[in-house]
Amino acid sequence: MLHIKNLHANIEEKEILRGINLDIKAGEVHAIMGPNGSGKSTLASVLAGRSNFEVTQGSVEFMGKDLLDMSPEERAREGMFLAFQYPVEIPGVSTTNFIKTAVNEARKHRGLDPLDAVAFLKLMKERMKLVEIDQSLLSRSLNEGFSGGEKKRNEIFQMAMLEPKLAILDETDSGLDIDALRIVANGVNKSRTKDNAFLLVTHYQRLLDYIVPDFVHVLYNGRIVKSGTRELALELEERGYDFIKNEVELAEQD
Amino acid sequence: MSNDAISYFSAKFSEEKKKPGALAGFSDKAMAEFRKLGLPAVRHEEWKYARVSNLFRKDLQIGTGETGLTKADIDKFRLPDADSATELIFINGIFNPALSAVRHLPEELIAIPLEDAANGDYAEFVKANLGHSADYHPDGIHALNAAFADNGLFIAAKKGKVIEKPVYIYNLADSRPGFIFAQPRTLVHVEAAAQLQIAVQYITIGGNESFTNEVFEIVAEKDAIVDYYKIQHEGQLANHVGTTHIRQVGKCLTNAVTITLSGALVRNNLNMIMESEHGESHMYGLYLLDGKTLADNHTIVDNVMPHCYSNELYKGIMDGESSGVFNGKIFVRKDAQKTNAYQSNKNILLSDSASANTKPQLEIFADDVKCSHGCTIGRLDDEALFYLRSRGISEKNAKSLLLHAFAIDILDNIKLGPLREHVDKIISERLDFNF
Repeated sequence: MLHIKNLHANIEEKEILRGINLDIKAGEVHAIMGPNGSGKSTLASVLAGRSNFEVTQGSVEFMGKDLLDMSPEERAREGMFLAFQYPVEIPGVSTTNFIKTAVNEARKHRGLDPLDAVAFLKLMKERMKLVEIDQSLLSRSLNEGFSGGEKKRNEIFQMAMLEPKLAILDETDSGLDIDALRIVANGVNKSRTKDNAFLLVTHYQRLLDYIVPDFVHVLYNGRIVKSGTRELALELEERGYDFIKNEVELAEQD
Repeated sequence: MSNDAISYFSAKFSEEKKKPGALAGFSDKAMAEFRKLGLPAVRHEEWKYARVSNLFRKDLQIGTGETGLTKADIDKFRLPDADSATELIFINGIFNPALSAVRHLPEELIAIPLEDAANGDYAEFVKANLGHSADYHPDGIHALNAAFADNGLFIAAKKGKVIEKPVYIYNLADSRPGFIFAQPRTLVHVEAAAQLQIAVQYITIGGNESFTNEVFEIVAEKDAIVDYYKIQHEGQLANHVGTTHIRQVGKCLTNAVTITLSGALVRNNLNMIMESEHGESHMYGLYLLDGKTLADNHTIVDNVMPHCYSNELYKGIMDGESSGVFNGKIFVRKDAQKTNAYQSNKNILLSDSASANTKPQLEIFADDVKCSHGCTIGRLDDEALFYLRSRGISEKNAKSLLLHAFAIDILDNIKLGPLREHVDKIISERLDFNF
């Protein structure tokens, strides 16, 4: 589904990603972990098409197409979804209208008719249950005045509505209390199918107690320095990131 | 040109003032003021951006009230649900009772020529209140309107009447004969505990330039509620200078919403004079500009008495080579302790050639007040754009969603539902917003 090859990316001339290689197949859940500043969020942003990053080398193929050649909206319509670390508050745009517009843009892209009001509401009601989100929240302006937890739930709700092939969750666990974390994780788990995939970007292994990944990758200094299974996350939890840093430094000295 | 203009208007003034009416003294005094002050020059700080003296060209002519325009000509400009509203028509700045339709009961509302009001039951009120705005606008163009005020309109909302249906005022300039100058003048008395909603719009007929120079004065008594909506949606050849002057002579609530969607040179003065304790006023403005339109909003909140509250929010979206100007003055006089006055102006520039100028001016002579002001000029928020696009919404639609959301904040303050929808429709079409 996703093939990242030797991806390098800069922000304002500073190289943040220094050769990322990663393959994600349908049905898989990958977790990217790493200390602060390692490039985790940059990777998520570059994949979603945020414009302040410049890709200097490498390639990304998504669903057989050149991802880097697509605008953010084309990526979304092809089935990529980014759950933002800091969802934007947009006063004056109703959450419901916004989601309806997004759902119908995606349908148009797939050659489907737009959902009518009844069908849309039915879908919405069903997906609202997934993340235990309240109707009153959705009739408000997009994220405006939402608590941190409500914003994150709204992200997962949007994901559930858009049914992406690949969902990238950028530190969705940060700032969540344990109940909110459980709700968010539950929403993700129920959305898992054999045809979609998830990339969880997180600093802590806490999230991975609830969403069990198939693969865990450690990002450090813009490269994936270690990959493994869930046990790697547990090891990181126990030993901290320092052991990774030490290993990398030893390897570089050799 | 200033001297030419003075002699042109002097001659017109003498031609028209053959019969001495109740307003003769008022007009004479104003004409003398105009001769003394002349036209505002560009070096005049208040008129730095709105270079209004350039409009007083040799071909500018005062329009007549008899242009042959009929009800059918007006039909296509009527505001929504007009059949149940009172509709008052000015032709080239001259109030036209024959084309107007007062659909309220006389015990609720009266609308008559200003001259009649000054000669009849309302003589004392007119004498005491007409021209109060002149103290705030010591300039020739304001005086010029006053000199021709006898063609104006008087409205009274009667004591204790909650007037549900609005009053619509249509200012028509008939530019078919040439570059037409129109000077509507209105005085409104909202009596104690009366509620009134007024919407004013401007229409230029014909393919030539027009120039409207309006003065609109409202006096609101104790417990009155007044909503005033100014909708500017004329062609690119229409120029406008207008002063709306709202006095709170008793504790009351006054709201003004000014929407500027087009025009050549547009200058709006809006004054809220808080003359009674515990008064509350709201001023909202939206200017959505493109082409070469210049919209210059000057506002004054004058806190004369203590414990008043005022809130002001103006927003601008400028595209093309358009230019938006905001100047917001807040005066807090020595006795106006416990004043709460808030002001904010936000601008979005959509093109490199568009510009925004914003200037808050607070003059505070009391020591126990809360006043705040803020202004922003920027582009559309990149992060918000990216957020919408990352959900599959095209860049074009994302922009239009964000701009509409920015504008709706102001439109929400038009409490008259059908009017709000009418304006929203125009704005949505302009922004290509259809969600």
